[in-house]
Amino acid sequence: MSVATQEATPAAAKPAKKTKRGPEHRPGLNRWLPYLLLAPAVLAELLIHIIPMLVGIWMSFIKLTKFFIANWSAAPSAGLNNYKVALDFNNAVGEGLLKSFGVTVAFSLITVALSWVLGMAAAVALQPPFRGRGIIRTFFLVPYALPAYAGILTWNFMLQRDTGAVNHVLNQLHLSDGRTFWLIGSNALVSLITVATWKLWTFAFLTLMAGLQSIPGDLYEAASVDGAGNLRQWRNITLPSLRPVNLVLVLVLFLWTFSDFNTPYVLFGTAQPPAGDLITFHIYNASFLTWNFGTGAAMSVLLLIFLMIVTGAYLLVTGRRSRRA
Amino acid sequence: MRETQGFKIYRGVVLTVLGLFVLVPLYVMITSSLKPLKDVQGAFSWWPSNLTLAPFVDMWKTVPLARYFVNSTIVSVSATVFSVAIAILAAFAVSRFRFRGRTAFTTTVLSTQMFPGVLFLLPLFLIFVNINNSFGLQLVGTRLGLIITYLTFSLPFSIWMLAGYFDSIPRELDEAALVDGCGPMGALWRVVLPAARPGVIAVAIYSFMTAWGEVLFASVMTTEANRTLSVGLRQYSTQTNIYWNQIMAAALVVSVPVVIGFLLAQRHFVAGVTAGAVK
Repeated sequence: MSVATQEATPAAAKPAKKTKRGPEHRPGLNRWLPYLLLAPAVLAELLIHIIPMLVGIWMSFIKLTKFFIANWSAAPSAGLNNYKVALDFNNAVGEGLLKSFGVTVAFSLITVALSWVLGMAAAVALQPPFRGRGIIRTFFLVPYALPAYAGILTWNFMLQRDTGAVNHVLNQLHLSDGRTFWLIGSNALVSLITVATWKLWTFAFLTLMAGLQSIPGDLYEAASVDGAGNLRQWRNITLPSLRPVNLVLVLVLFLWTFSDFNTPYVLFGTAQPPAGDLITFHIYNASFLTWNFGTGAAMSVLLLIFLMIVTGAYLLVTGRRSRRA
Repeated sequence: MRETQGFKIYRGVVLTVLGLFVLVPLYVMITSSLKPLKDVQGAFSWWPSNLTLAPFVDMWKTVPLARYFVNSTIVSVSATVFSVAIAILAAFAVSRFRFRGRTAFTTTVLSTQMFPGVLFLLPLFLIFVNINNSFGLQLVGTRLGLIITYLTFSLPFSIWMLAGYFDSIPRELDEAALVDGCGPMGALWRVVLPAARPGVIAVAIYSFMTAWGEVLFASVMTTEANRTLSVGLRQYSTQTNIYWNQIMAAALVVSVPVVIGFLLAQRHFVAGVTAGAVK
């Protein structure tokens, strides 16, 4: 990623100076104009994303405790120490990170799978036109449109032990005694998955629905003439046609859920149940509760490396399979 | 897809189950905002027996909600204006010019969208603290710091979506404008932008939603002076009391503008998402 940036930025920065002076209709302007147009975007991305990321990598190699936050150039080098601490699974810091990683993997896989299945089920159900389809489709998008914290706060209220709607319903249906703790203890993961899926499945739905619209209807007609039932049509027409959409969708869903911060933060606040300790939440707390930014930065870099490996492997595997097909 | 009896049953089941899943939290949010405090502190009830609008009045007094509202509005509107303006320029370059570094630019910008926010959070926080120490420009605890940060969050998706929109506008229109004596910028302003108005509106709503709902950076970059709604709503839970009815009322009031905006622009979103996914 940084390689690509180095290539793009000097080119964009230099001509910005040159053209500012010249009048608009100057010949040769068209050669520089695109770089001039890109300059603000490049500058903003550099300032907020690229430079902080490079600084973050540098931070992971220094001993950046609270004494050096305002004067970080004086912080002593830590070598690989921050990484050793983060990856030493026998001490408390490393053990915490490993557990949080495990929770996050389980959370992401289940949330992505559920969101995809629900999104697909709804998109297929709404594929043939019928009265009221538009209204239902719009209604299903509300959880996505809602500010994340507003939805999560509502779930927080619903998941309260004594006053919440969830325990009330479970009790009425005689499924439990209505005294379950949802936000502390081992149920925290179930709560996280439910709340995250509530918001995310509608994004899967939105995307899959858009994908379904681009499948030509005569494909289905031809299959019907051949006597293929709905299930076979879904397997033989819908799924293969949606392949490009699915490839992007699953990756995006995974990257989002894996770095989900809003859900645990708004749901648990400072309580941090171990079963709901998602990795971004974990790094955040590790950094801002102890003000030990060096270790936090090392954990962030490890997270980045993990996500890059997964993304690379995913693209490689799916790309190879597409070429063979 | 044929509408067999089986399909109709399938459709009925799926839509009922998912409809309830979506509806119940919304219903709880709305009805709880109409209950007095003692009713949300007791056992849950589906029907609000003592209807009251008091939470919608009291919520402004329990926490300085009006100030959070002002902060969120200023931050989100400014971030949206800058983000959309920057995205329009960049998307025009990507769509209308062939130049060296074009692919590198689009891939780099898009990939920044994919990385977890916590990666930038710590260094950005430190950079802001040190900018303040060296130049006296305060970015932590001010709206300016939030505006600069948020405008970049929606930028990648906005550029990508707008470039797709611009691509769909025939180049002959630009060329006609150029023949009429417009410069390239004149063509963008007079021809391309008016034709791409739905796309611009969709992108603006997306940018606004992103800034309005952001939690992670707001939790670190805000102090009482520039607190936004996303963290401000937490103030309703105090040591002694959690004002759930007021939280629900505030959450409702905060959500209505963005939900309406999104639902109005949803068709353009679907178009943008499809164009991107098919590409």
